[in-house]
Amino acid sequence: MDLNRSIFFDKYNVTTRDLEAYLSEALSRGGDYADLYFEYRINHSIVLEEQIIKSATKGVSIGVGVRVISGEKTGYAYSADLNRENILKAARTAAFIANASSAGGTIQVPTPLNQERNLYSISIFPAELEIAQKIALLEQADDAARAYDPRIKQVQASYVDETKHVLVATSEGRAAWDLQPLVRLNVMVIAEENGKRQSGYQGGGGRRALDIFTADLDPRELARESARQAILQLRAIDAPAGTMEVVLGPGWPGILLHEAIGHGLEADFNRKKTSAFTGLVGKKVASELCTVVDDGTIPFRRGSLNMDDEGNPTHKTVLIEKGVLQGYLQDQLSSKFMNAQLTGNGRRQGYDHIPMPRMTNTFMMSGESAPEDIIKSVNKGLYAVHFGGGQVDITSGKFVFTASEAYLIENGHITAPVKGATLIGDGPTVLRQVTAVGNDLKLDQGVGICGKEGQTIPVSVGLPTIKIHEITVGGTEK
Amino acid sequence: MLQQKAQHVIDRARKSGASAADVMIREDDSFSVTVRMGEIETLKEAISRSLMLRVFIGKRTATSHTSDISEPVVDRLVDETVEMARLTSEDESGGLPESSFFQSSFPDLKLLDPTWESLTPEERIDLAVRTEKAAFATDPAITNSEGASFDYARSHVALANTSGFAGQYQGTGGSLVCIPIAQSSEGMQRDHWVSAARHRHQLEAPEEIGRKAAERAVRRLRARKIPTCRVPVVFDPLCARSLLSHIFDAVAGGSIYRRSSFLVDQIGQSVASPNVTIVDDARMPAGLGSCPFDDEGVPTQTTPIIENGVLRNYLHSAYTARKLGSKPTGNGSRAASGVVTIGPTNFYLKAGTHTPEEIVGSIKSGLYVMEAIGFGVNTVTGDYSRGVVGIWIENGRFTYPVQEVTIASNLREMLKNIEMIGNDVTFVGAIAAPTLKISKMVISGE
Repeated sequence: MDLNRSIFFDKYNVTTRDLEAYLSEALSRGGDYADLYFEYRINHSIVLEEQIIKSATKGVSIGVGVRVISGEKTGYAYSADLNRENILKAARTAAFIANASSAGGTIQVPTPLNQERNLYSISIFPAELEIAQKIALLEQADDAARAYDPRIKQVQASYVDETKHVLVATSEGRAAWDLQPLVRLNVMVIAEENGKRQSGYQGGGGRRALDIFTADLDPRELARESARQAILQLRAIDAPAGTMEVVLGPGWPGILLHEAIGHGLEADFNRKKTSAFTGLVGKKVASELCTVVDDGTIPFRRGSLNMDDEGNPTHKTVLIEKGVLQGYLQDQLSSKFMNAQLTGNGRRQGYDHIPMPRMTNTFMMSGESAPEDIIKSVNKGLYAVHFGGGQVDITSGKFVFTASEAYLIENGHITAPVKGATLIGDGPTVLRQVTAVGNDLKLDQGVGICGKEGQTIPVSVGLPTIKIHEITVGGTEK
Repeated sequence: MLQQKAQHVIDRARKSGASAADVMIREDDSFSVTVRMGEIETLKEAISRSLMLRVFIGKRTATSHTSDISEPVVDRLVDETVEMARLTSEDESGGLPESSFFQSSFPDLKLLDPTWESLTPEERIDLAVRTEKAAFATDPAITNSEGASFDYARSHVALANTSGFAGQYQGTGGSLVCIPIAQSSEGMQRDHWVSAARHRHQLEAPEEIGRKAAERAVRRLRARKIPTCRVPVVFDPLCARSLLSHIFDAVAGGSIYRRSSFLVDQIGQSVASPNVTIVDDARMPAGLGSCPFDDEGVPTQTTPIIENGVLRNYLHSAYTARKLGSKPTGNGSRAASGVVTIGPTNFYLKAGTHTPEEIVGSIKSGLYVMEAIGFGVNTVTGDYSRGVVGIWIENGRFTYPVQEVTIASNLREMLKNIEMIGNDVTFVGAIAAPTLKISKMVISGE
């Protein structure tokens, strides 16, 4: 990619001299480091409901965030447009954090990085596509869900896309840009029978254009899967309560890793010693069967990025190798204070937010067991294959994730479907309970949204089939 | 200035071919500081803007939003939005609210307090410093901190539509929160306390906030798991808020016409214990969720939701009201995308007569819950299962803290099983609740 092609240089006439001027202003009161984050984002969304296209939405977001770091302190301000005076004003505001008595910080003129990698090389970006094409996908989904079963009474299919131009320039002389596509299609259905109602949900997407929905993620398949879940839930029995053996299916149940260990390994919490994982690098935190990575470099994945939101290339970072904790997910600020290598995990929701360490695509590597053998080995337990969201208390390490499709396992066989229930466990110890890892690693289909301190970003998770010896299942059947 | 801009957008939409349109512009001037271990950690200050447009061509509609409200960007977006509307479907219930709903004068809801502005940045930082310091001074077990933050914003909302409605209002809001961490030989625990208010004098003192936050964190130390059991559960007011938010989701007009609520088809029926009264009151003076008109320009009101256990009303925008043959309740709310959904104003469960101590004292064995985490609530069925942190109650007294357990039931049963209601409704946002006792839930633990 060629920097001259960045929209900010091309269309908005930003020059390297402008970048230099803004960074100089940002460090005018001193400070160790400053950076600029230019963002121009276009979103579209379309909703089909009650068999009509109810709404079409377009969103435009343009702005520049200015950050000044002085010691461990961060000053932040932004301009909600690309007006030169407004950006300079934001730079002066962000500079307030630095001690006025010290001399101005030094800046190196930002020079473009040579960017060779492109994890989402597509020719047409979602923002340029016709709405009619997007509507056709939703209509296919609606037809397929209704055809699946007459008990499907409501179908809500939605399409969203994002085309995001980013330019990062730092006082250390780096300038890097990226153009990031993102699409997603969701199908939510309500099934009704004898006054009983249940819902089903399935979605998918990635950093691609619409071809993803003809190649890998057929909207009709997403719709049928959503309908299957809702119909299945109509005959679900109460979930069990208590501690038991649990088998997690492959793919989206990887949310376990995201909650149980991923957040706790974000470097900011460990730099401040507020994470339950503080000081555990080199220690055994999981069974030897477990190797867990965060990999932002998988082509076209929802959590992948050519560069993070601080302009650093993303990495494949091994978090746990054969049960032993290897390290944390770093951003610029924490890596400096922890004297650790950057891992390319500095991310932010937009120009109006301060970056912090975040996950990308987080998953466990395949093991050797056949998934069928894992299920056969369970006498009495739960088999959970679909999950809603999860949450974690970083400090105590306790985390939850909520099964939306699960079954009882009795004498090695999958039997009755059970109602949704929350599973709760302890992050630093739950993976020690892993007694089998399947040979069937799958990543989720591209729907993950991760929230931290009020900022949401797209992420992905993955898991092979695994068996957990003991975890608490929050049902109602004692 | 925002009003003129709004009017310009409406005129432009009409010229582009819209048969009707409305626009909302919001400007927030915000300041935020986080202090950690006595030092500033982050300081953020900015003005953000958001313009949200909705156009109609007959019964077809499209929406758009932009953070850049400069004329060229906005004009182009208006034209594109009108073009998009041609591609959507005719929707019988679509359109602006009926003109007869609009009013031109509104009561003063005391949303604005100019005295915040006299606080210098140094004084704002000092509020956070004092808060965190008070937490550390409360108990030696407080050894670390996620910090204390002071946030302040002055917002200005302007709305205009092609039916001739034009209105605006301004409001201020400040909050002070503290998140200390307590340490024992068995590990760390954190908790928080927060105060939020539109008027400066309503904000709790920093020393109070720091002390309460510290006490809450310390009482969680050495929490343990308990055996699976079926017992009464008491929700503290901050945690009971989450229950009210689930009930709000279930009475929002969108959930009703989609039939994705466990409270569908039940107006006039008994859905809760007779001591339960829930209202959505947009006109509460200086209320955190108060506003004179909603995001469609419809005047707000006080809507009874549940009265003495009987379901009275759902909450509506113009669209959901038309869908369900009802009247808008002034709860039209624009999501960040610009799409109109349903939002709460001041949505709360009215105070009962019991002190929190009386409620805890009434329990032989049970769980007092301070925090619930996770997303295990299904609004369609009412099924409820969440992870919690609490304190075990034995013979009417607090004993030891509890963690790594879940509580489960169904919201229908939980509403009917509200046995005692506290006199301590606590507002830290638009949704609020007092202490609540639910007679039976399943605790899943060992």
